[in-house]
Amino acid sequence: MSLLVDVISGACIVAGSFFAVVGGIGILRLPDFYSRLHGGGITDTMGAGLILVGLMFHAGLTLVTVKLVMILFLLFVTSPTSCHALASSALAHGVRPLDPRRRDGH
Amino acid sequence: MFAVAVAAILITMSLALARAALGPTVFDRILALNMFGTKTVLLIAVFGFLTRRPHFLDLALLYTLINFIGAIAVLRFSRYGHFGDSELEQRIP
Amino acid sequence: MAIETLVDLATQWIDISLLALLACTAITVVRMRSLWAAVMLTGIYSFLGASWMLILDAPDVAFTEAAVGAGISTVLMLSTLALTGTTMKERTKSPLLPLTVVTVTGAALVYGTADMPHYGDPTAPVHQHLMPEFMADTVPSIHVVDSNHSVANSHGMVSDATDSNNHHTKTGVGVGNVVTAVLASYRGYDTLGETVVIFTAAIGVLLMLRGNQRVRNHVPERTSDSTLPSYPLSPMRHRAISRVVSKLVIPYILLFGLYVQFHGDYGPGGGFQAGVIFASAFILYGLVFGLPAARTVTPPRLIEILIALGVLIYAGTGVVSMLLGGNFLDYSVLEHQLWPGFLPHGQHLGILLVELGVGITVAAVMITIFFAIAGRERVQ
Repeated sequence: MSLLVDVISGACIVAGSFFAVVGGIGILRLPDFYSRLHGGGITDTMGAGLILVGLMFHAGLTLVTVKLVMILFLLFVTSPTSCHALASSALAHGVRPLDPRRRDGH
Repeated sequence: MFAVAVAAILITMSLALARAALGPTVFDRILALNMFGTKTVLLIAVFGFLTRRPHFLDLALLYTLINFIGAIAVLRFSRYGHFGDSELEQRIP
Repeated sequence: MAIETLVDLATQWIDISLLALLACTAITVVRMRSLWAAVMLTGIYSFLGASWMLILDAPDVAFTEAAVGAGISTVLMLSTLALTGTTMKERTKSPLLPLTVVTVTGAALVYGTADMPHYGDPTAPVHQHLMPEFMADTVPSIHVVDSNHSVANSHGMVSDATDSNNHHTKTGVGVGNVVTAVLASYRGYDTLGETVVIFTAAIGVLLMLRGNQRVRNHVPERTSDSTLPSYPLSPMRHRAISRVVSKLVIPYILLFGLYVQFHGDYGPGGGFQAGVIFASAFILYGLVFGLPAARTVTPPRLIEILIALGVLIYAGTGVVSMLLGGNFLDYSVLEHQLWPGFLPHGQHLGILLVELGVGITVAAVMITIFFAIAGRERVQ
């Protein structure tokens, strides 16, 4: 039983790290601002969520898990709001998404 | 296992820092700052588990909140040019 | 044995990477032309600094650095940028003299650190003279927590169960957190001085920045900044998400502030951190709902009273202990018969009261400074 919990926890943490790095690469290499926003969103929800779930499995049913649940809840509520506020501000300031038609000609 | 997570988080932090330094528009920088904050939260949580101290989670909780407040502050400033009143919006139809 | 070295190796790599990131961030801050970006990078620097302090085993300091450096400082810097403008002036003088001064000072500092003891060295002077006495007084209660009441699961994670029998030794403090014990009890005078310094800073800010606010009672005109475009989308509709989420999160922040305030006896926390967290809740309210709404919630008169009330509570505890026969800020004479089993007394009550005073003052001061700076109009 303990081995199963260890394996699940390890798998979640590794998957979460993978998503975090993918999001990081995305924020660096994607062409325009709005697609980079997507990269940020991935690491904030999938990456952070999976790592925290993995840590929860590792800690068992203690106060530590309760705190982790609180952190997870807060992250899930505040990161998408920040992304939304960011996108709406950028739109209001006139940042335009990359025009897909222009790239086809190259 | 935790070492893998820590390495991945540190790599992501450097990538976010690169974007914060490069980003042509200011919104890229705000995005990078936001991501940096969440990565720091994860780093603290994993580091707490690595060294067996549960008290660090209070700090991670605080960081989540501070990250949120910082992002809202920066966006509020960039929208109006000053921290101001909401009367301005109500005048816009 | 193998696990130990892996943890050490990982910690070492974390140390190196964090320091490298700190250096990179500092260099980038210096080279940025846009002050905007520089302020945001300073926020990143504060995050990194707090992580660094955490890794050096100083969670209380990391707490304060996170709350103050990454939260309040960034917000205040941004409000200042709103007043002054966001591009850096061209540098006209040669940087040779400042560069020489900085290099010489830096070299002297590095030379000075060569004499310092190793990190964690038990024979270092800071661990010698009074520290064993402090630790002997407080550590017994920590050991009681670990051996009797802690719940360690199969992976060895110790959950922080609170101890219900903190024994009060005759001379000792008997609080779980050594940092709080030293800060509030053994070195209580210093903390009183710090609180008075924060109070004085608030008075200075009020004197300088609130002068013209009685004149300005109308809605400020929109600045003639041509870079602000017309909004293609209605702002009211798109602000709903921020408002709802803020309404969800603000009570949570206040509750967390209370938790940090009163948990400071057992874990990282205390008055300073709790005060800053409280203030950030109100600052968030001001940011999302507008300053007039925030001024209705926290009327300036009330905040001014609270600034003074905190210092009054702290110094008042000292005076009360003098009146009860002890020295100034000697908490062991604070015995009472009100509710002997439930309400704390002695050192515990003293620490509780002074931390409360510190928390109230710090919260009120941060709110005051934010409202004073954010309420100003831009000078045309």
